[in-house]
Amino acid sequence: MVEPALKTPAPVNAVRPNTYVDSVALMRISGALTAFPHVEAASLVMGTPANRRILADAGLLADEGARARPNDLLIALRCPPGAIEEALAEVDRLLQKGWDGDAQAPPPGADEPPRSLATVPEGARLALISTPGPYAAAEALKALRRGMHVFVFSDNVPVAEEVLLKTEAHARGLLVMGPDCGTALLDGIPLGFANAVRRGRIGLIGASGTGLQQVSTLLHSYGAGVSQIIGVGGRDLSTEVAGTSMLDALDLLAADPDTDTIVLVSKPPAPEVARAVLARAAEAGKPVVAAFLGAAGEDVPGVRTAGTLREAARAAAGVTGEDSPDTASPAAGFGAGRRWLRALYAGGTFAYEAKQLLAGHEVATTATHGSSPQLPSGHCVLDLGDDAFTAGRPHPMIEPAVRTPWLAAALRDPSTAVVVVDVVLGHGGADNPAGAVARVVSAELGALRAAGAPPPVVLGFVVGTPEDPQDFHGQVRALREAGVVVLDSSTTVAETAADILAKIDGGAL
Amino acid sequence: MGLESFAGPPRAAGARVTSLDWRPPAEGDSELALKLARLTAHPLVEAANAEALRRILDVTPLWTDVVTARDALPVLAGPDKALLHAGPPLAWAEMCGPMRAAVVGAVLLEGWASAPPEAERLAASGDIAFAPCHDHDAVGPMAGIISPSMPLLVVEDAASGRRAYSNLNEGGGRCLRYGALGADVMDRLRWMGERLAPSLRAALRSLPEPVDLRAVTAQALQMGDECHSRNTAASALLLRALAPALARQEALGGHEALDFLQDNTYWFLNFSMAAAKLATSAGHGVAHSTVVTTFARNGVDVGIRVSGGGDDWHRAPAAEVDGLYFPGYGPEDANPDIGDSAITEVYGLGGFALAAAPAIVGFVGGTPEGARATSRRMGLITVGRHRELRLPGLDFEGSPVGIDLRAVTDTGVEPVITTGIAHREPGIGQIGAGLTRAPMECFTRALRAFPEPPAP
Repeated sequence: MVEPALKTPAPVNAVRPNTYVDSVALMRISGALTAFPHVEAASLVMGTPANRRILADAGLLADEGARARPNDLLIALRCPPGAIEEALAEVDRLLQKGWDGDAQAPPPGADEPPRSLATVPEGARLALISTPGPYAAAEALKALRRGMHVFVFSDNVPVAEEVLLKTEAHARGLLVMGPDCGTALLDGIPLGFANAVRRGRIGLIGASGTGLQQVSTLLHSYGAGVSQIIGVGGRDLSTEVAGTSMLDALDLLAADPDTDTIVLVSKPPAPEVARAVLARAAEAGKPVVAAFLGAAGEDVPGVRTAGTLREAARAAAGVTGEDSPDTASPAAGFGAGRRWLRALYAGGTFAYEAKQLLAGHEVATTATHGSSPQLPSGHCVLDLGDDAFTAGRPHPMIEPAVRTPWLAAALRDPSTAVVVVDVVLGHGGADNPAGAVARVVSAELGALRAAGAPPPVVLGFVVGTPEDPQDFHGQVRALREAGVVVLDSSTTVAETAADILAKIDGGAL
Repeated sequence: MGLESFAGPPRAAGARVTSLDWRPPAEGDSELALKLARLTAHPLVEAANAEALRRILDVTPLWTDVVTARDALPVLAGPDKALLHAGPPLAWAEMCGPMRAAVVGAVLLEGWASAPPEAERLAASGDIAFAPCHDHDAVGPMAGIISPSMPLLVVEDAASGRRAYSNLNEGGGRCLRYGALGADVMDRLRWMGERLAPSLRAALRSLPEPVDLRAVTAQALQMGDECHSRNTAASALLLRALAPALARQEALGGHEALDFLQDNTYWFLNFSMAAAKLATSAGHGVAHSTVVTTFARNGVDVGIRVSGGGDDWHRAPAAEVDGLYFPGYGPEDANPDIGDSAITEVYGLGGFALAAAPAIVGFVGGTPEGARATSRRMGLITVGRHRELRLPGLDFEGSPVGIDLRAVTDTGVEPVITTGIAHREPGIGQIGAGLTRAPMECFTRALRAFPEPPAP
C-alpha cells in the first residue's frame, strides 16, 4: 500500500436530511463532481449503514456523515477547504437539474430504419441492391427468400453466385435482374439508370443496360412507348447462366396483357443460349424483335432478328422507310495522315455494335492507360466503362470527367480521323454529361483551327428523351456548339464512322 | 440498399421505397454472409425457431424449494472435489482475479483448506474439478462459484417438471460473487447455509403453493425493474410473499432472514436467473433453430450456445463494461464482463427490458427515451415477444425474447447487457455497474459452426 500523501485533505461530509435520490442518479452526480475543479474524490449515497461502511472503506467518511440516517442524503467530498462551498453548490445544481441525458439518444418516436432485408416489413415487392459486389449475392438471396424480385446493380459478383441466385429465383417464380444490371422500368417505376420514356405496349428485355436505354429512347422518339423494361445483367446469356432471367422475363411479357411486342437486346450471347432464347421467343404468341449484337443471324419463325439497336427500335415501333435518316459526312477532306477512328464509349453495348458495323476494319479494343492514355496506332473502339478502365475510378456514366483525358489525347493525335462519343442521360446519370465532352472538344478543335490544322470529325449521339431530368435539347445543343456532329443513335454514328473510314481507305478523303 | 441516390427516382415515380441502414453482415465475411442468406426465411429454421420460442414461453417457473447443492447436483455430490463457475469452461490457471478469489472462498467454506494460500495451492493442484454452472442446470451471478455445501434455490416448470438452480444472493457490498474475501464474507456465507436456507425452506414449504416467479417478474417490470441489474421491486414482492411465513420460522432463523432480506435489493436476481435458465434450457436442442439459448461470461471469455447448434460454446474475449463506479474506483480497476446473469437477457430481461427500468438508464448517461430505443433495437434481433412480461415504456408490448443468431449477425446489433462491475484484483468486490454487450465475434463463430439445414 502506498501511504497517503501528507497533503491529502481530510474528507468533508454534508448531510441533507430526508432527501431521497435514486442511487443511479447519485452515481451520475458523483461522477460529474469528480470532474469538478479541485475535487479529488466525491461520493453521494443514501446514509444506510452499508453505504456508510463503503465510504469508510474509501476513506471518505467524516464524523457528520457517520451520523447520517438511511433516509438522509450523504455527500462525501475530498477537496481543499476553499473549494467545498463551490462543490456543494454544484451538487445542489446537479440535483435540481434532473437528467439531461445524452445527445446521442434518438428523438422521441424516432423509428430506426431497417438494417436487413430479413426484417423489412411484409409487402415489399422488389429489392434494389447496390452494395459492394462480394455481399450482393447474399443480400439478393435474402430478398428472394422474402419473396421479393431483385435488381442487382452491383458488379463483381462471382458467376457461380449469379447461377445460384437465378436458379433460386426461377424456382420461386421471381426475377433476378443483374448482377451488373444497369436499368429497368417496371410498371412505370425507374430503377438504376433509366430514361423518362412514354408508357406504351412494347416490352423490352436486355442483357445490356445502355442497349436498352438506346432502344427505349429511340422508341420514344418514334412516338412509341414501353410497357416494361427488364434488364437481366450482362452475363445472363452466357453459357453458365444460360439465359435464365431472359427466359423467365420472356414468359412474363408473353403473358402480360399490356405488352403487344417484345424486344430482346444483348451483347453477343453464347450461341446455344441464343438458340434457346429465340426458340422460346418463337412461342411467345406475339411479335418478338431480337437484337443480339454481333451474333450470327439465325432466323427463327416468328422472331425478327435485328443487327443494330436502331433497327430493333424501328422494327418494334413499325417505322418504315429509309433506315439511315440522319447520316452525315464531313464536307471536306482531312489533312494527310488523318486515318484512324477513336471511338470512346461510356456504354459497352455501343462498342459491340460499332465493332460489328466496322467489320472489315481491324479495330483494337484495348489501350494502355498509365499516367496518360496511350492510343494505339490504328482504329480503336474502347468501352471506357469496362473494368479494365474503371478500376479504382467511377464509371464514365456517373463521372463523365474520367473520359476527358482520352478525348483530349484522341483530338490531339494528328493521326485521328474520326472521334466517337456517346452521352447517356436519364435517372441516375450525371447532371450534365455533355458539358465535359463539349469543353474538351471545343478547346481542342479551337486550338487546331487556330494552328491552321484541319481537325478530325467528332461524331456523337445523346441517349435520352426530352422528359429526362437533364435538358436533352440543351445537351445536344452544347455538343453541336462545341463542334460535335450529333446524330440520332449509336447505330447511325457507327455507320457514319464506317462510311468515313471506307472513304479514307478508298482515297476519297 | 447501397447507393441512396437510387432511391429517389422510384420514389418520385410513386413507389413506396424503404432505404436500408445496411452494413456488411457477419463482420464483413462474405462467405459467411452467404451462409446467413441461405438461412434467411428458411422454412425449417423458421419452424424450429417458432418451436424453440414456444418452449421458452410455455415454461412456468415456480420456486419450489431450497436445497443443498450436493443433494441437487450429482457433480457436487463427491467424493471428488468439484466446484461450479460462471461462463464457459476454463481452468484455474486461466481464471480472472475475482473468480480465483471466489474459488478460494468456496474452498475455505468447504473446509478443504484453512487459509487462502493453501486454498490456492489446492486449486492449482488439479484436485478440484471445475465445471460451468450452465452444464449442470445451474447459474451463478458474477464469479458464479457454487460449492457442495451452498444452499441453492430450486425453480421448477409446472408442466414438465424440469428444474434449474441458482445460489442465494449475498446482497450488496462485499460479496464472494464479486471476489471479495474476508471474515465478513465467510461469516455471511456460513450464516446463509446454517440459518437463511433452513428458514427459507421451511417458510416456502409452509406456503399453500410454490411462488410463481413469472408473475413476480411481470409485476416488477411494471414497477421499474428490468430484473437483471435492478431487482428492487421484485425483491420486495418476493419478500412480501414470504415474510409472514418467515416470521413464523424464528427457531430456524426466520427473523434474521427478514433482517437480511430487508436490505437486499439484489435478492431476486438469482431467482430471475434461475427462471431464465429454466426457460431457455427448454428452448435448447431444437434442430435447425438459430435461437440463442445461453450467453455467459467467465471474466476472461464470453460464450454463447445456440438451440440447434449442439452444446458447443462459441467464444469471444469478454467485453469491457461501460458504467458508473463506486467512490475511489474507475474503469482501470474493472474486470472484464463476468457472470451467468446475462441469461436474463437471453430470456428477454435486462437490457432487452430496459424500457421498463428508467431508473437505471443513467448508468451510461442515457435517458428514458434511450432505454425505450434500446428495447426496440433488441426487438430487431429477437424472434418474438413475451406474452406475460410486458414493458410499460413500450406501450405494454411484450419484452423482446429469443435472440436470433441470424438477426444479430445480419444487423450488426449486439445484445445489450445490464451488469455489475467487479474489481479485477482478487478479494475486493463490486466497484460499479453499467451496460455492456455480447460481442459480435461469438455470434459470427456460432454462425460459422451452425449446421446448415437442407436447402428448402
